[in-house]
Amino acid sequence: MAKNDVKTNAKVVDTMRPTVAGAGKRPVVDAVRALVGRITTPLLPDDYLQLANPLWSARELRGRVLDVRRETEDSATLVIKPGWGFTFDYQPGQYVGIGLLVDGRWRWRSYSLTSAPVTSGRSRTITIAVKAMPEGFLSTHLVGGVAPGTVVRLAAPQGNFVLPDPAPASLLFLTGGSGITPVMSMLRTLERREQLGDIVHIHSAPTQSDVMFASELAELARTHQGYRLTVRTTRTQGRLDLQRLDDEVPDWRQRQTWACGPAGMLDAAHTVWQAAGIADRLHLERFAASRAAAHGEGGTVTFGRSGKTVVADAATSLMEAGEKAGVQMPFGCRMGICQSCVVGLVDGYVRDLRTGSEHEPGTRIQTCVSSASGDCVLDV
Amino acid sequence: MAITDVDAFAHLTDADIESLGVELDTIRLDIEDSLGARDARYIRRTIAAQRTLEVAGRLMLAASSKRSAWWAGTATLGLAKIIENMEIGHNVMHGQWDWMNDPEIHSSTWEWDMSGASKHWRFTHNFMHHKYTNILGMDDDVGYGVIRVTRDQKWKPFNFYGNVLFNTLLAVGFEWGVGLQHLELGKIFKGRDDRKATLIRVREFGVKAGRQVVKDYVAFPAITSLSPGATYRSTLTANAVANVIRNVWANAVIFCGHFPDGAEKFTKTDMVGESKGQWYLRQMLGSANIDGGAVMDFMTGNLSYQIEHHLYPDLPSNRLSEISVRVRALCDKYDLPYTSGPFLVQYGKSWRTIAKLSLPDKYLRDTVDDAPETRSERMFDELEPGYGGVDPRTGRKRGLKTAIAAAREWRRDKRAAKSA
Repeated sequence: MAKNDVKTNAKVVDTMRPTVAGAGKRPVVDAVRALVGRITTPLLPDDYLQLANPLWSARELRGRVLDVRRETEDSATLVIKPGWGFTFDYQPGQYVGIGLLVDGRWRWRSYSLTSAPVTSGRSRTITIAVKAMPEGFLSTHLVGGVAPGTVVRLAAPQGNFVLPDPAPASLLFLTGGSGITPVMSMLRTLERREQLGDIVHIHSAPTQSDVMFASELAELARTHQGYRLTVRTTRTQGRLDLQRLDDEVPDWRQRQTWACGPAGMLDAAHTVWQAAGIADRLHLERFAASRAAAHGEGGTVTFGRSGKTVVADAATSLMEAGEKAGVQMPFGCRMGICQSCVVGLVDGYVRDLRTGSEHEPGTRIQTCVSSASGDCVLDV
Repeated sequence: MAITDVDAFAHLTDADIESLGVELDTIRLDIEDSLGARDARYIRRTIAAQRTLEVAGRLMLAASSKRSAWWAGTATLGLAKIIENMEIGHNVMHGQWDWMNDPEIHSSTWEWDMSGASKHWRFTHNFMHHKYTNILGMDDDVGYGVIRVTRDQKWKPFNFYGNVLFNTLLAVGFEWGVGLQHLELGKIFKGRDDRKATLIRVREFGVKAGRQVVKDYVAFPAITSLSPGATYRSTLTANAVANVIRNVWANAVIFCGHFPDGAEKFTKTDMVGESKGQWYLRQMLGSANIDGGAVMDFMTGNLSYQIEHHLYPDLPSNRLSEISVRVRALCDKYDLPYTSGPFLVQYGKSWRTIAKLSLPDKYLRDTVDDAPETRSERMFDELEPGYGGVDPRTGRKRGLKTAIAAAREWRRDKRAAKSA
């Protein structure tokens, strides 16, 4: 190929400009940043200030772990003080992405916020609760190995599993295991807003000692008459049979229900509410299964921005797959050395064709030397 | 006329080249497997130190315009800019730190402290220069269109006055050379460009260069003029000199990478159906290292390991030194030359070649097949066929290094015979 052809055809990906969390909300801050940015360009003022204090940067949301409180044998609450740019007006039930530096690499997971949103006041912290999963490397690390003072990265809170304000008059919470975490935020918010009215809460855990927030829940039940808590220890009492929910909660059909827990429980709830013709009164949160990479098996590749999809085998690079599907893929050398084709991996895993190593969601990948490892979504 | 057949030039069989490729791949895997917290700490600390140094330099310039303070501030700022461009910017944009998954230290976001846009750099450097390294007509870094750096390039009258002059100008204004490289001014003036693409590039360059100019020549001088100790002018000149210090140094390091004696040039025939092993081989033969200590390594952004950097452009710079030990061992094994020398010698050789090549070929003694800056497989024509392989006397593999020595000896003998 002639040099001129290479040059006219080239499509090098744009350099991503640094984004500032919370931009557009406080005009004065934005103006100061833009002005000072004239002398810090190509960097932001934040890039210098974060050397003095890691939280003094809104370029990436950050936070400092203030405390790690053990909840049960295998779960813990992390109290985090967010840095610049974090807004505390999240909704109870939402989750937040946490990036933790492990062996020099930032690894990301999402966890439900358990704290109540703050609209005013001094205690500008958030809490998340993490349950260590046997196969979950990061969750185990968070529960057991994070020292107070550790700086973490945060992603803005998101999620649709939220409680409206004001809350419905009568509520049913169905939770299992760590599915209690988003509901904990709801309960705390309701208590703070003094809206803790008619609530039935059925929580399942293997044994009593596996119940997260046990004492706080008991205290809530003691001090608030409307809040009726039933803890079901499934190892002795067996699982809750939702077909016989009438025995436990006779008026469940009249209640707005939020359910979060194991997939089996949520599927059953979906069936039961569907059959009763009131599926609109059921709100579900499915924690994304911590899925491991399907080592080098190919899969369906979705190109997020165009919405196009294509099935690609393990030997086809994502770049070729995209071009075949008619997506304008950025490209350069096509041999893995020039970084002209780097795009975000939104979901799923991909495999480096040169080394066989797997890349996880939340990373940016070279499409010319990566192939699908199971289904994946690219930000292109 | 530069190398047209890498295999023949290197005296290696297909199988040799393939196994060389496998051995080089193994080094990559070993390094990638061992990347971790120590490496991450290295780049973070380097960045922190660089930013601190920059702030210190700016403060010195704001504090006083006395000669000693001015020079201290200027030198500190120049140093900070060198580190930002060489050890941080260049390497981050190569994706050497992408494995950390840190969006703030990532090839897709890094914009460096010089007038060129990093997007353009990723094209001209990461792609064109690193893929088509030293291929005449593909890699624009071979002379940047204005300097005759190898006698493979046809002599033109402007080379006579221009070679040394343009090389000097390029050194002094290197950031502008880099910034403008992707715009292809020559083509624009001849009207042979794609106007739409050109306009986009001009805008991208304009935005970046504009910000840089405002920072160094308007904003900082204006702020320091408020200080009782300094003036607008003192900071303006200091910033200009700091930029030039960086320009000259960056230019010198880059010229030491591909233009000293022994760094080979190639022709387009080399890239047709090129295997991974052949690509590796071309990178090794086309690059030259600088011998120096830890300070030299750091100040060159570890481009003192240019050979290793070209083999593995995306492996972290702090690892190139340990990689070089293994690459040298491979060069010995395959009897390949490993071009390296002290900074002043390598830089001097580049200048010598450029000065020499101001002259038309008829005044030059060496031919395009056997000159210090370029050679071809034809230089071995006089050696017995099948010279490669195993030396029947010593049992050692006879490869390129031995063949070059033999060809040189043969040539020396011939000259001696002629003069006798």
